[in-house]
Amino acid sequence: MTKPGSHAEREGSQAELIRRSLKRRYRKERRFRLYGITAIFIALFSLVILFTDIISKGYTGFIKTTVTLEVHLDGELMYLNDAADPEQIAMADFQAPIIKAMQAYFPEASSRADMRELSRMTGSYASNQVRDLLKENPDWLGTTRTIEFPAHDTVSVYVKHAGDPGYSIRLTEQQQRWTDELLSKGVIDTGFNDVFFTSGDSREPSNAGILGALVGSLLTMGITLVIAFPVGVAAAIYLEEFAPSNRLTDFIEVNINNLAAVPSIIFGLLGLAVFIGLFGMPRSVPVVGGLVLALMTLPTIIISSRAAIKSVPPSIREAAEGIGASKMQVVLHHVLPLAMPGMLTGSIIGMAQALGETAPLLLIGMVAFIVEIPDGFFSSATVLPVQIFIWAGSAEQGFVELASAGIMVLLAFLITMNAFAIWLRKRLERRW
Amino acid sequence: MSISMSPAETTIEEGKTVGIPFSDDPKFHLRNVEVFYGESPAIKNISLDIARNEVIAFIGPSGCGKSTFLRCLNRMNDSIESCQIKGSLLLDGQDIYDPKRDVVELRARVGMVFQKPNPFPKSIYDNVAYGPRIHGLANRKSDLDDIVENSLRKAGLWNEVKDRLDAMATGMSGGQQQRLCIARAIAVSPEVVLMDEPCSALDPIATARIEELIAELSESYTIVIVTHSMQQAARVSNRTAYFHLGHLVEVNDTSKVFTMPEHELTESYITGRFG
Repeated sequence: MTKPGSHAEREGSQAELIRRSLKRRYRKERRFRLYGITAIFIALFSLVILFTDIISKGYTGFIKTTVTLEVHLDGELMYLNDAADPEQIAMADFQAPIIKAMQAYFPEASSRADMRELSRMTGSYASNQVRDLLKENPDWLGTTRTIEFPAHDTVSVYVKHAGDPGYSIRLTEQQQRWTDELLSKGVIDTGFNDVFFTSGDSREPSNAGILGALVGSLLTMGITLVIAFPVGVAAAIYLEEFAPSNRLTDFIEVNINNLAAVPSIIFGLLGLAVFIGLFGMPRSVPVVGGLVLALMTLPTIIISSRAAIKSVPPSIREAAEGIGASKMQVVLHHVLPLAMPGMLTGSIIGMAQALGETAPLLLIGMVAFIVEIPDGFFSSATVLPVQIFIWAGSAEQGFVELASAGIMVLLAFLITMNAFAIWLRKRLERRW
Repeated sequence: MSISMSPAETTIEEGKTVGIPFSDDPKFHLRNVEVFYGESPAIKNISLDIARNEVIAFIGPSGCGKSTFLRCLNRMNDSIESCQIKGSLLLDGQDIYDPKRDVVELRARVGMVFQKPNPFPKSIYDNVAYGPRIHGLANRKSDLDDIVENSLRKAGLWNEVKDRLDAMATGMSGGQQQRLCIARAIAVSPEVVLMDEPCSALDPIATARIEELIAELSESYTIVIVTHSMQQAARVSNRTAYFHLGHLVEVNDTSKVFTMPEHELTESYITGRFG
């Protein structure tokens, strides 16, 4: 204690010091908040750019261009007098009636060159469509039917993207004139692309659809979830609750953490060597894809599940033990339900990763061109990201917009999956 | 400070407890108990009897080992890997730490109430019914209902919660939660209830309720209570044990401990010179 005067003086100067430091602290705080807001703004801005780009490029993928023609199914023209005879069906010319129907609008186009150009207004599989219709309805032979054909890829690009610098128009002058005229007559029309959602892949963009990949992704994810979730949760419970802490468990823990950081393509190599090479499982099937992705997802699930178990308050554990609950009962009745939301969150992150994974699937052959929609875990399939990958690398211009549309479907799938997980978590939390 | 700490350095003799540590009809028969956390000893050679249907209070400064000792009585220290227990601990003449002993059965007989109220995040009913359910004490729903009602009545909670048994236990006040934890502990009809500072997280009114409850429960249960409050020890217990740095310094009738302590360390503590 010194003299009271100096004490008061010191008090005054200290208050001044605090005031000054306060100002500095507040400035720091404001700056820090500004950094945060900027970061969020940048993130949102990038997201907006990403979405606008994908949607503006891809929405045309949901629009199809069709050519609707009155086709006279003339037997003589097709060299066909009995549509029920498979031999005749195999030999017949189904392109002729389509060209004939087009010529109804352009009678002047009668040279070989003109007819070839006319035939390239409808999709490459238009004649197959006529054949299939006749196979199903042999009595249609000789009648006139209204048939809706997908337009040829080049026509579709012209209709949807004329004037867009990103696309080059590959129609001849004459074809462009024809297209314009047919458009004005309503023969060529655009509509919602149901084909995209109801069919598998195709060499022809107007016939290609995402359904095959969607089903493939569903099947693969199903296998991944069924294997990775129980195994991951069980491993986490054992390591966290029952395992003695010794060198072996330390070693296991380090390895799990390392596995989480292993590039996914390594898991593809492992799948190729073990599941296909050693066990002789077929290539390109959802089972193998699911197994590989499950291996890839396991470390993520184990790590997050262990964190969730660790975060269960010890007081709950003690409470249960204090009443005389056995170890198993403590885990099953108390720890697991409380840790479940956290475990689900981790699993969903892992599953989302797996859903977007391409590299390991390329190695086990899920990159094949597959037209049929897979009908089981052992039928050849591809998955959404691989399908997008295939389309993005295809030559036909129509596939560009399909790739973007595919990305939108993938995002929608992901959002649905996450929404389901959040709903599930909320429900579990409410129960408790 | 150095003056008041001086007794601690002077007069503790290991294994020597003044007062009346033994009883003719012990529920717990504890001899030469030593507890180690790794290398460091937490309990140093303690011998004590806990009589049938008595309320015994453990008091002492922080870190003196009273909670550790309490948790030895129903093997709650088992989950701490570094914890080692030596000596003879008998419950009704049977070794608590016998490797063949079923710890689940032991804990059903020796219930525990913890420092912080820790109800399960379930309904009030499910909290109380949990113990009877896992031990299979009730075969019918009506039996279970009876157990729940009786336990809640004994814990003095029935009138407050009888209309909302389905409500979440975590939504109750702290005092109610602690009484629920007591109801949960006595629902499995234990012979002993261990209480580890049951009132330290509660306000004075809730504390008074719990103390009343302990007085009522003492008729049918043996109660061991660890407390930081000497007034509480004085109010609820028959005997009081004073712990100091892992030693059991003095055990005596509560009235004697707080009026005429035999040991000078006990006297220093209860007169507030340290602790």
